[in-house]
Amino acid sequence: MTRTKWVECGVGVFVLAGFLGLVFLGLQVSGLNLSRANDTFTLHASFSNIGGLKERSRVTVAGVTVGHVTDIELDPKWLDGRVTMQIDESMKDKLSSDSTAAILTSGLLGEQYVGLSTGGAPETLEDGDTIRDTQSALVLENLIQQFVSNMSK
Amino acid sequence: MIEWLAWLGRVALTTLAALGRSAMFLAQTLFHMPGREGVHLWARQMHFVGVMSLPIILVSSLFIGMVIALQGYIVLVGFGADEALGQMVALSLLRELAPVVTALLFAGRAGSALTAEIGLMKATEQLTSMEMIGVDPLRRVVAPRLWAGFISLPLLTAIFGVIGIYGGYLVGVDWLGVYSGSFWSNMQSSVNFVDDVLNGMAKSVVFGLVVTWIAVFQGYDLVPTSEGISRATTRTVVYGSLAVLGLDFILTALMFGEF
Amino acid sequence: MTDSTLVRVEDLHFTRAGRAIFSGVDLEIPRGRITAIMGPSGTGKTTLLKLIGGQLVPDRGRVSIADEDVHRLSRRALFDMRRRMGMLFQSGALFSDLSVFENVAFPLRVHTDLPERMIRDLVLIKLQAVGLRGARDLSPAELSGGMTRRVALARAIALDPELIMYDEPFVGQDPISMGVLVKLIRELNHAFRMTAVVVSHDIKETLSIADYVYVISDGRVMAHGTPTSLDTEVDARVSQFIHGQPDGPVPFHYPAADFASDILGTREVP
Repeated sequence: MTRTKWVECGVGVFVLAGFLGLVFLGLQVSGLNLSRANDTFTLHASFSNIGGLKERSRVTVAGVTVGHVTDIELDPKWLDGRVTMQIDESMKDKLSSDSTAAILTSGLLGEQYVGLSTGGAPETLEDGDTIRDTQSALVLENLIQQFVSNMSK
Repeated sequence: MIEWLAWLGRVALTTLAALGRSAMFLAQTLFHMPGREGVHLWARQMHFVGVMSLPIILVSSLFIGMVIALQGYIVLVGFGADEALGQMVALSLLRELAPVVTALLFAGRAGSALTAEIGLMKATEQLTSMEMIGVDPLRRVVAPRLWAGFISLPLLTAIFGVIGIYGGYLVGVDWLGVYSGSFWSNMQSSVNFVDDVLNGMAKSVVFGLVVTWIAVFQGYDLVPTSEGISRATTRTVVYGSLAVLGLDFILTALMFGEF
Repeated sequence: MTDSTLVRVEDLHFTRAGRAIFSGVDLEIPRGRITAIMGPSGTGKTTLLKLIGGQLVPDRGRVSIADEDVHRLSRRALFDMRRRMGMLFQSGALFSDLSVFENVAFPLRVHTDLPERMIRDLVLIKLQAVGLRGARDLSPAELSGGMTRRVALARAIALDPELIMYDEPFVGQDPISMGVLVKLIRELNHAFRMTAVVVSHDIKETLSIADYVYVISDGRVMAHGTPTSLDTEVDARVSQFIHGQPDGPVPFHYPAADFASDILGTREVP
């Protein structure tokens, strides 16, 4: 009987280890934040070129991640890239209404992300607001083209 | 020419018959979930196929994680992108290596043992005598093993992923000096739980079913002699590995391919 | 009641892999007696038991136990019927992952809802009957061949079956365990009036316990009768088998070309 108990204990530990592994993969490896869904608010921003931005890309303030991109669509009227972001609730009264958004690249070949920087206006951005002042992604080819045409002048 | 056609026809017919038998076999077995009295049987098989496979899984995952980190570092440092090491280790492990390598090792370690065990029970008339006592061997012998393998493989895959990433961390951060903060944050920003972790798990669920199915069917269907057992054991490893690799391509195309 | 027929086999035909194993076998196995089925190796004696137990289905003919056609029963009814049959396999076929005690308890646990205490008592009674009560905690791997067969016998009689089938019970046994098995088979039959079918080619032991003997060869019943009547049988094939003569109607040599011409004839280079 003791042997059976040992076997069953071993199996219990094994199953537990497997599930803990899955939890680790969720929290530490994929950076899943279980409480995120509850306390966020939505912001929009339109860019004339979103470059390599994707859904789930990070949104940062001063380099610190405060949210992520949830949706990217083409604005049919202005032919802009309209980006929807979920921002942490803690940032709600911190971002002024004249905040700017820029698409930045981490390192030379890294991921692209949205960087927000706040302005000086007294009013703050509310849920569902749109950031007007945006700076598009740097596209490497355009950059090189400019560089080459400047050289040849 | 006629000979050759006849041979082809015979091969096709026997293959088809074997496929049909194994499908019937799966259908008859899969619905025998471990019941009240079956929990002990099932736990014993979980121990046999799951817990006993842990050592080989732990050791190989650690080494594979370390090797990926080393190779990845050599390539990435050339672009000055060694910060991306974490994401490279995690993605290659979670999407491909953890499910596939675990399934291959599982076919070799647990699958062959299952085939040999059931084959030996068949050769020593244990299955027949069970039938004569009035107990269905599919229910009593095969079903707990099938379920144990089916459940164990995803758990082993999760453990493989964690230990592999730890191995990558050891080499990348502790040895090669990649900054630990960027190792984790790059990993976290690029790994998506649903797309990468859960898809990898879904792969391993499919592999678990297929490999265990092949193993128990080969054991149940073999010719009950010592030669028959050794052949069936080899077949389990060969068919199991080929099935895993083939299915991996199909599943990858379905999950990550953009059509 | 004692002399009525329990198992009736009529016009049984069975083919395996294109080879006819049985072509028209008729048998009657009387209740409460020991019936032996004998024949040279390879005549499908074990197959016959599997046909009676419903594990194989005949091509033609029928097998009935207590007037029920075995091969017409539903799967459930067949499993119910098997509760009333015990079978002793040639290899013993003990479950290698269970102890001796659990092996004997297995049919009881599966088919009854008896409390643990009663199962324990029943198992010990059966083990006592085969003289292995002291071996209850051993695992099957620790038993000798003769002990394995005795444990298997205890398991086969755990549910007190009406019919018990012995598949080659004496093969590969030393004289002592052979004697023990002969004694056990006879005692079980006498004490519990269990109907027994013994399939064997060990002539001396089988004739010593059987009430009635069928000799099967070439897919048919070649002779049947009581052991004494078979002893004086005039048919050459039967007497060759019963008296164990090396040559006779069943030739010593596998069919081959003439020996002298094979040896002296032109040698073919392989």
